[in-house]
Amino acid sequence: MLELSHVHKVYRVGAFGGGRKRAVRDVGLTVRPGEVVSLIGESGSGKSTLGKMVLGLTRPTSGRITFEGTDISTIRGFRAEKEYHRRVQGVFQDPFSCFNPIFKAERVLTMIRTSYFPEVSDADWRDRVVSSLRTVRLDPDNVLDKYPHQLSGGQLQRLLIARALLLDIRMLVADEVISMLDASTRIDVLNLLADLKERGLGILFVTHDLSLGTYVSDTTVILHKGAVAEMGPTRKVFDDPRHPYSRRLLSCVPQLHRSWAEVDAELAAREPEPVRLPTLVEGEDSAPMVEVGEGHFVGADQG
Amino acid sequence: MSLHVNDLKVHYRTLRGDVHAIDGVTFSLEDGEIMGLVGESGCGKSTLGKSLIRLDSQMRHVGGTVELDGRGVPIADDDAMVPLRYHEVSLIPQYAMSALNPIRRIGRMIDELLRARGVRPADKADELRRRLELVGLEPDVLRRFPIELSGGMKQRVVMVLSTLLDPSLLIADEVTSALDVSTQRSVAESLVEFRDRGYVRSMVFVTHDVSLVYQIADTIMVMYAGHVAEKGPADSIVSEPRHPYTQMLLSALPEVGSTSGERLQGIPGTPPGLLDPPTGCRFRARCPMAFDKCAERPPLVETAPGHWSACWKTGGE
Ligand SMILES: Nc1ncnc2c1ncn2[C@@H]1O[C@H](COP(=O)(O)OP(=O)(O)OP(=O)(O)O)[C@@H](O)[C@H]1O
Ligand SMILES: Nc1ncnc2c1ncn2[C@@H]1O[C@H](COP(=O)(O)OP(=O)(O)O)[C@@H](O)[C@H]1O
Ligand code: SF4
Ligand SMILES: [Mg+2]
Ligand SMILES: [Mg+2]
Repeated sequence: MLELSHVHKVYRVGAFGGGRKRAVRDVGLTVRPGEVVSLIGESGSGKSTLGKMVLGLTRPTSGRITFEGTDISTIRGFRAEKEYHRRVQGVFQDPFSCFNPIFKAERVLTMIRTSYFPEVSDADWRDRVVSSLRTVRLDPDNVLDKYPHQLSGGQLQRLLIARALLLDIRMLVADEVISMLDASTRIDVLNLLADLKERGLGILFVTHDLSLGTYVSDTTVILHKGAVAEMGPTRKVFDDPRHPYSRRLLSCVPQLHRSWAEVDAELAAREPEPVRLPTLVEGEDSAPMVEVGEGHFVGADQG
Repeated sequence: MSLHVNDLKVHYRTLRGDVHAIDGVTFSLEDGEIMGLVGESGCGKSTLGKSLIRLDSQMRHVGGTVELDGRGVPIADDDAMVPLRYHEVSLIPQYAMSALNPIRRIGRMIDELLRARGVRPADKADELRRRLELVGLEPDVLRRFPIELSGGMKQRVVMVLSTLLDPSLLIADEVTSALDVSTQRSVAESLVEFRDRGYVRSMVFVTHDVSLVYQIADTIMVMYAGHVAEKGPADSIVSEPRHPYTQMLLSALPEVGSTSGERLQGIPGTPPGLLDPPTGCRFRARCPMAFDKCAERPPLVETAPGHWSACWKTGGE
């Protein structure tokens, strides 16, 4: 349903846009209906930029993104964009920046109704709001008449998810939506994603929670400096990470009952089967991949 | 003997009544102790942190006392708290890094902050550079703007800034939650280093992530709906939790990278609203072990040295 091929993004930065910042490099990936693809990588690796391109918030510098067969760069104009967003929605990290501080939660949700469901009756709308809030385990009586600063971080984040659920979406871009949630609420949200997935939604799930976050995911994509370092079935990537960068990243995941020092020691003791990584060609911007197992790919080592 | 919090109650005033966010919280921190504070979203972790440093206009100190290094902390008296802030108690708030003024250079911001605390920036300049280096930042960051820094860099700046005056107590509220795992690890390890070097005497590390807290904390305190459920050494909390809530919280965690296809079991139900919280044990509605007695609030009792639990079933004998 969603396909990215050879997607690049170079931002113009600095005074007069004279500088260049390569944020995404030659990324290709697919999200099928009912599939959760997690995007993992450290800060600045290009995860949010990818998400924004999928949502049409910024355009790729080159490459193609298609959604259900349509090249999304051809979606232009207010109506066409609105229709696209009825089907593809994003929920972002940092809930505070997403809310207007002078709007109460109720108003934030009403805005969805005004733009997408003007025909829905008051009672029907109320039911939808209550059920979407309940899905994210928020108590409507407790949150609807509150301003953003009166809600805890996790409550806000869930409110954002509830807002997206009010639309009948087919694809969700969830950008670090669980980072501020406690384990139990996190599990609720993950189970919710699992439900959405069962309903056939495709989910592009940006997360840095490598312990819980990936449990719903079918495919894991590890990004490093804008390019894919490793990608494949989640199980394979976790059990047998082949890229040195992936191994380093996975060793930092905090685990219960095992200290970082113990994990480091284990890692040092167990050298994986060597793989020949592809190399980046000087002066070219492509990022080649090598298949190391079925559907399991590794990219170049960028240090 | 660094921090004693005794039966602390802090509520939020709202039009619909008081939100009982901290409702009788008791615990102590020893010198050098890093305490992880965990609990479900909305249980009062940030409120507890804020209470120890600044009550905002809606917060009300309803009861209880706070004592730091043998002296009372006048938490309800904003003026009296001024000299303590940064010097004795420092807070890195949740979302601190998004709160930095984006158009003020880091160096200038730090200078202004020091002056406001009656400290000459020049007196701290060398120490500042040393500590930036310790957390892996070039002195060059002082000339940069917050928007030019990554999340992890901003978070390290905030850490150095908050501890520059060597406070006795540091409260770090979700400081690593927005960071990727490798940055999270280095920031968390730097905090431990700060304690080891005596930049801070003791620390409350607020997080929702028990596995993270297990890596760095000496003790863990679990809160539930404005109450303390359990506090004890990190190892025993993780391997022999006593309180039913802690047990359920821990057993909900899957192994790293597990994709068994099975649904994770969260804890069924939701925490009670704090506007008009139920009497008795607040976990009662979700607790599989609840019985008649739980209609009364269970006291926090020491079940093993340094291990406290508030539960009628598992806390007492
Ligand atoms: N200004 C306020 N006015 C009214 N209620 C508030 C206010 N700030 C927080 N609350 C409520 O107080 C309770 C505790 O909030 P607090 O921010 O301490 O939670 P928390 O444990 O830090 O949660 P999280 O893990 O989501 O950050 C919540 O029910 C919240 O809705
Ligand atoms: N609007 C923008 N203008 C210029 N550079 C940007 C912009 N947004 C992101 N970047 C840069 O692009 C890179 C990737 O950023 P981002 O996609 O936000 O990464 P992530 O979400 O993985 O942390 C970073 O170096 C970031 O500083
Ligand atoms: S006091 Fe009762 S309800 Fe509360 S945790 Fe213990 S057994 Fe459960
Ligand atoms: Mg991002
Ligand atoms: Mg909080």
